[in-house]
Amino acid sequence: MPTGSAPDSLRIGFYICHCGHNIAAMVDCPEVAKYAERLPGVALSRDYKYMCSDPGQELIQKDIQEFKLNRIVVASCSPLLHERTFRAATEAGGLNPFFFHMVNIREHDAWVHTDRKEATEKAKALARAAIARVAHHRALEVKRVPINPEVLVVGGGIAGIHATLTLAHAGKKVFLVEREPSIGGHMAKFDKTFPTLDCAACILTPKMSEVGTHPNVTLWSYSEVIKVDGYVGNYTVTVKRKARYVNEDLCTGCQECIANCVYKEPKFSDEFNEGLGRRKPVYIPFPQATPQVTLIDPNVCLNFKRGALTDKCKKTCVEACGEKKAIDFTQREETREIKVGAIIVTTGFQTFDARRVPQYGYGLFPNVYTALEVERLINASGPTGGEVILRDGRPPKAIGIIHCVGSRDVRTNRWCSRVCCMYSLKLAHLLKEHSEAEVYNFYIDMRAPGKSYEEFYSKLLSEGVQFIRGRVGEVTDWAMTPEEEGRLVLRVEDTLAGFVRRIPVDMVVLATGLEPQADAQEIRRLFNMSCGSEGFFLERHPKLAPVNTFTDGIFLAGACQGPRDIPDTVAQAGAAAAEALALIDKGHIEQEPNTACILDAECSGCKSCIPVCPYTAITFDEARQKATINETLCKGCGTCVASCPSGSIVQHLFEDEEILSEIDGVLAR
Amino acid sequence: MSPPPQSPEWRPRIVAFFCTWCTYTAADLAGVSRLKYAANIRVIRLMCSGRVDPQFIFAALANGADGVLIGGCHPGDCHYVEGNYKMLRRFEMVKRLLHEMGVEPKRVRLEWISAAEGEKVKHVVNEMVEQVRQLGPLTLPQRFEAWDHELAGLEAAVADEPVPANEPCPALSL
Repeated sequence: MPTGSAPDSLRIGFYICHCGHNIAAMVDCPEVAKYAERLPGVALSRDYKYMCSDPGQELIQKDIQEFKLNRIVVASCSPLLHERTFRAATEAGGLNPFFFHMVNIREHDAWVHTDRKEATEKAKALARAAIARVAHHRALEVKRVPINPEVLVVGGGIAGIHATLTLAHAGKKVFLVEREPSIGGHMAKFDKTFPTLDCAACILTPKMSEVGTHPNVTLWSYSEVIKVDGYVGNYTVTVKRKARYVNEDLCTGCQECIANCVYKEPKFSDEFNEGLGRRKPVYIPFPQATPQVTLIDPNVCLNFKRGALTDKCKKTCVEACGEKKAIDFTQREETREIKVGAIIVTTGFQTFDARRVPQYGYGLFPNVYTALEVERLINASGPTGGEVILRDGRPPKAIGIIHCVGSRDVRTNRWCSRVCCMYSLKLAHLLKEHSEAEVYNFYIDMRAPGKSYEEFYSKLLSEGVQFIRGRVGEVTDWAMTPEEEGRLVLRVEDTLAGFVRRIPVDMVVLATGLEPQADAQEIRRLFNMSCGSEGFFLERHPKLAPVNTFTDGIFLAGACQGPRDIPDTVAQAGAAAAEALALIDKGHIEQEPNTACILDAECSGCKSCIPVCPYTAITFDEARQKATINETLCKGCGTCVASCPSGSIVQHLFEDEEILSEIDGVLAR
Repeated sequence: MSPPPQSPEWRPRIVAFFCTWCTYTAADLAGVSRLKYAANIRVIRLMCSGRVDPQFIFAALANGADGVLIGGCHPGDCHYVEGNYKMLRRFEMVKRLLHEMGVEPKRVRLEWISAAEGEKVKHVVNEMVEQVRQLGPLTLPQRFEAWDHELAGLEAAVADEPVPANEPCPALSL
């Protein structure tokens, strides 16, 4: 038993929650309640089936009144889950909400241990610590800080576009920052969408142009966020605007500059068409690009190539632009600072690099394509005008689509990329539609769990597409029969038929999986988010806070959080916009009162605390020779408290006395 | 100093200080994932590993803990920019100090565990419990008691020899 007695005025109410069987199965709750009853200061101790239920909360309120309780301790789940609930119940009972402390005996005890006796002992120790700690709690007030109602959306794919428009329609000012020259993301590259076979451009481009023209939206394409400062409600964001050498305000999108470039024929690899097409040094990424503004690639433009601003190039583009004077070779990269209250991160994904699976011959055999390349091949505005032809111009007679390239594989990525089965089915349908070829799908499992997805699979089965169940071993050009001569041969174990087959085709399509963006780690650091082990951004709670992050005011949507299809992405983007609205429409945020303050009488003026504060919240008052903390700047980490040699800094909610009594409590026998 | 003989039932007691943003959340994740680890650990939640005052570590050991575990965010990931770096510096100092005091530095451990690393919580806790089990009980409270007892004995012995009042100490008179 802990030694020392509590002051007579202390009347602690202790409650232990069974959480159904979640806690009660591993912790003897009545025994812990009985034990707590005898601890100093405890006036009342109960065990109850569900403390978070309405009757549970009412029990606390009633007991505060009836038994004149002045401190509350609840042993249940994680404080990250229900601390607010019980603080509110404490307040509703007439006490200051900070006279409450929570003990985590579910996530940190019942769920992780296997010995009931040990788990019960641990619950007692944690309860003892909380009871010792709560005696030192003080009444605190929640601080209210006004919130900036503007929102930043980072990434202009379908997720960013949808979130931006939702907020803009609600009357909020939105900044949309996209690093590519146009918004649209991966969806803009797709030909059709599964399972409805809607034309991707037809459903996406109206939304893109709405973003471009909406009075509430500031669209910054070809720009990147480079710095984020501040906190929920008051972020200061620095954005780098890359030089496109075309003035966005003056360009009308007439594209005369492209037509009149000194390069008569496009000859440079075209990023939008996955390198399958060609573009000029001055270009627009694709016909519906938003903003409708051209840009100049300084790496290939003659005017830049031979040293800046020489007279080697005739600058026919400038001539063609004429009076508009939109082309500006002197344009420089610039940085802009914006202030926003909330940020939605929708930075998307990258496709798996098929070269990492060398046995499929991508990069080695010219007729091995990735699925994204085939999307462009099929598309009417693509490099072949929608004609399915091989690199040498022949039409393919047989096409093999290999599923799960870089997914569900311990050697590459273990996760299922969720969209590949469905887009492979879509591509099989489209390839059949656009060519005479026989189409094979090589799959491990067919995953079609969305609305109308299974029906789409059934439809494909009846369309005559061949389905072979088995992971392809290799793609080779080594022919064993005259029929295989000059073709690609897929070696695969047909697991339904039970033997190994060789299937000659002319074109191989690799259904590459979805991965975190190459620079996901930098983005994560920028916005102070967490990543799962696979590198996708981590949501605050997988079920109940799927678009929140661990940083307040920063939300997530789309494939940057994990592989997902367009319907799910749009739904999530809408959710993120709603969460951001719920935050900023309140007008203010309530801040946890865990800031630090200095006990003037004890401060010796040594200045140890000043350099450790990352927010420069501590200044030194020369006249009084004392340090002072600016409470609005303090975020409540407590680093200065730990560094003060004279113990003259106090962190509310985490005072030395509180923590020391907690240490004492967990160790007492 | 050699550890006192230990019974097979002896279980080390470890106090842990976890930052709320990374390691505490990871421990929650370990719970939600129903990972199983040793029950010898008692977690105290702080906002940041930068809040871990060296005196908390010493207080825990002095009050009967056999080991202290500190968990924070990975370098560069601190919710408060660099609180974990501050802890890292202090930690090196604490380890040296403990060594000087005759306490094995292996009894204290600092780990970076992100919110997604529930598995790492399990792994680190189990490993640390095993390590401290091998070191044996620290028994600082008992040793303090023994020292107090020894001192009391000496005081009593001195008290029996009356010191003449107002006589200057010979050493001082030199």
